[in-house]
Amino acid sequence: MSTKAKEILALALIFAFSLIFYIGKVLGWGAVRFSTTVSLIVILLVALSLLWILILTIRGHLVERRIVFLYVGIAVALPLFMTLSQRIAISPEVEAVYNTLEGLPEGSKVLVSFDYDPPSAPELQPMAEAFLYYCFEHDLKVIMMGLWPQGPMQANMAIEKVLSDEKIKSKNLKYGEDYVNLGFQAGYEFVIQRMGSDFRSMFPTDYRGTPYEQIPLVKNVKNFSNIDYCFNLSSGFPGTREWVQIAVDRYGVTLGAGNTAVQAPQMYPFMRAGQLVGLLGGMVGAAEFEFLTKWIGKGTKFMISQSFAHVIVIAFIIIGNVAFFRSERKTGLKR
Amino acid sequence: MEHFALWLGGFLTLGIFSFLYKDNPWYKLTEAIYVGISAGYFVVVYFWDNFYSKFWVGVFPHKRLNEAGELVAGVEPDYWLIIGGVLGLLMLMRLLPKVGWISRWPLAFIVGATAGLWLINYFASFVMVQIQNTVTPLFGADYNASLFVIVGNIVVAVGTFTGLIYFFFSKEHKGAFGSAARVGIFFLMITFGASFGYTVMSRMSLLIGRIDFLFGDWLGMIR
Repeated sequence: MSTKAKEILALALIFAFSLIFYIGKVLGWGAVRFSTTVSLIVILLVALSLLWILILTIRGHLVERRIVFLYVGIAVALPLFMTLSQRIAISPEVEAVYNTLEGLPEGSKVLVSFDYDPPSAPELQPMAEAFLYYCFEHDLKVIMMGLWPQGPMQANMAIEKVLSDEKIKSKNLKYGEDYVNLGFQAGYEFVIQRMGSDFRSMFPTDYRGTPYEQIPLVKNVKNFSNIDYCFNLSSGFPGTREWVQIAVDRYGVTLGAGNTAVQAPQMYPFMRAGQLVGLLGGMVGAAEFEFLTKWIGKGTKFMISQSFAHVIVIAFIIIGNVAFFRSERKTGLKR
Repeated sequence: MEHFALWLGGFLTLGIFSFLYKDNPWYKLTEAIYVGISAGYFVVVYFWDNFYSKFWVGVFPHKRLNEAGELVAGVEPDYWLIIGGVLGLLMLMRLLPKVGWISRWPLAFIVGATAGLWLINYFASFVMVQIQNTVTPLFGADYNASLFVIVGNIVVAVGTFTGLIYFFFSKEHKGAFGSAARVGIFFLMITFGASFGYTVMSRMSLLIGRIDFLFGDWLGMIR
């Protein structure tokens, strides 16, 4: 069979697979779950195949890069079907966010800035949901905004999900009194700067178009001095650095942050310097915060996949090094 | 409509993944759609949020009345915005080769204003506070720091000092100076390693998000 024919066959198989399971979903087949035994067998098979690849590498047969992609895909996908759970240890940075929230009395005003877009949602959305859940559960008033155009939409999605929880639903929270979405405002860090003197000048209306002065929750909020705690969910610029620079260092705001793992290491100096009061870094930060707030969402669910993927990456780093040292010995190259 | 949206999402996601096999027309189509939609989306968002909401409504404000039928304060036209509008217009002169040089004026204004506004802030937040926090008593202010904190302080002090030595190029890296620079390299490598580890974690998270969409939202195989 020619390569072209194989490719067409693979595409047809993918389409057929998708169609069958989609029809199954519509007909209500339900989710696929591996039992613990099946999960352990699958893990064992993957481990054995990795060992086989290592042996092949030692013998001088190098694997193709697509095999690496395939293994990463398997490592990410299979755990989503498994019934295994993972112990989550709480880091001091995450605990600091939780402790600060715990110290806020009922009715405190919390400002949450959603400075990210859908590509970063797998990491930041679970943090947003757990954060909002905690706030609503403890009767904190939440003011949401975004320095990124899609931020307020992410906020709405998180709100919708949290409000569908039975415990939160029973509280009968009202938009405009218990929480409000002020929407997006263009202007990057200058928005934070102006908010330091006047919130209303940056948000004359909320996301729904209601004038600022007609929203009970914020009509008496003039600037940061009326905010008890600020939380920034960020995946780049403008984000936590700008909030630290202006809101914290200039206006003395108490700030916690949830960041994508890529930029989390850059935030640790701010933590050490006390400019940030707590940090949720990446999916692991989300999972830890979910554990503390008892909102078990996608952060916890995805952590197994994350751990499996890391094991696969480590395994291939070892295999790659074996291949490197082997080729070095074979060719007589010396560093 | 929901079915169509899910299938379109699945089609585009698989199209992007198909690049892992090799470059192909499916991937190229998906990439072009992504780039085009992103550009179009941001043009529309920034037009309405910047040009219309800030400039146009600022110069020609809508009349807003309160419940008593009086004009709400703060709706007077803000003619200062016209200066910004003119500078914005001058920026577009870049599109005309003969008068393209005019675009340097608004650019100079932006660079000057940004530097003036943020210079002190940057220095205070990212330099002074960080230096202040690096220069701390090794054993705590009252010699009561825990062993963990003391070790942390020593690591910060040694890492900062040797890291700075590594970036000092006016003296040849030889002898004790060279050894300190080599220690600095180790600290830098550890920092890059930690950053790389976090980056891998982040990229995996994005992949997990898409896989969750494919098997969860689209095919309903996971919950």
